[in-house]
Amino acid sequence: MQDFTPWHSTLGGMLIGLAASILLLGAGRVAGISGIFGQLFLSPDRSDRRWRLSFLIGLLASALLCAKLLPGSISPSPRSLPWLAGAGLLVGMGTRLGDGCTSGHGVCGLSRWSRRSLVATLSFMATGVLTATLLHFAAPVLSSGTP
Amino acid sequence: MKRETSVDLLALAAGALFAAGLALSGMTNPSKVLGFLDLGGSWDPSLGCVMGGALAVHSLAVRWQRRQARPIFADRFSLPEQRDIDRRLVGGAALFGVGWGIAGYCPGPALVSLVSGNLGCIVFVLSMLLGMGLVSRRGRSSGAAASFQA
Repeated sequence: MQDFTPWHSTLGGMLIGLAASILLLGAGRVAGISGIFGQLFLSPDRSDRRWRLSFLIGLLASALLCAKLLPGSISPSPRSLPWLAGAGLLVGMGTRLGDGCTSGHGVCGLSRWSRRSLVATLSFMATGVLTATLLHFAAPVLSSGTP
Repeated sequence: MKRETSVDLLALAAGALFAAGLALSGMTNPSKVLGFLDLGGSWDPSLGCVMGGALAVHSLAVRWQRRQARPIFADRFSLPEQRDIDRRLVGGAALFGVGWGIAGYCPGPALVSLVSGNLGCIVFVLSMLLGMGLVSRRGRSSGAAASFQA
């Protein structure tokens, strides 16, 4: 397994919180990634496309820089392609039905003491832990190797 | 400078900081995320630190925001107004958790990881977009509330 990185992870978390704070105080918007990404492509409302596109451009440009400056920080998932395709479908449908993901509910919602976000966060944390733990024990049993 | 341009630049900076935070914290390494979610191996509490750090900073911003009449560069705060806790919310979040627990990707880290050009990551993001699209079509045709902001 991976090593515990308390300092990097706390500092990284604070940067995420700072990013969400800039967007909230400056533009009055919630930094929910599933919403920003999904609405950009799927919302019929065109008025909010500009800031969403700007956010994603900033995200990707910074990602390119991070890949250079922090080698090894961006790693592939250990799962095989069919499992990743299924997982992506579940994440897409689930975040749309549940109105958010780890950033929108977990960071922004919990910071606002939203009861909806608390319920959603408990729900996805519970099934996330359950799924990953089950797969840990099921992986050696599954005939096609690692999931 | 026009206010709309200010909002765009602000969003650009926020996106850049967000990606840097994800990369620095180790969340763009799905194995590390799974190390938190998987209780069967040697447990890695790092994801808890990420949440703690983010909540500590953003909670302060929310306290400050509540004393403001409006954002600096916009007319009003566009915050989620839904209050109802229903099966759609709980079930949707549960589905998301299952996908997260399989891949180790949630939407932010998956989008950031696209720049690596990894095929698995690209497949994940395309499937995610497809999943979002399926729900929006169904939501529109059945007339269900399609407004989601978080």
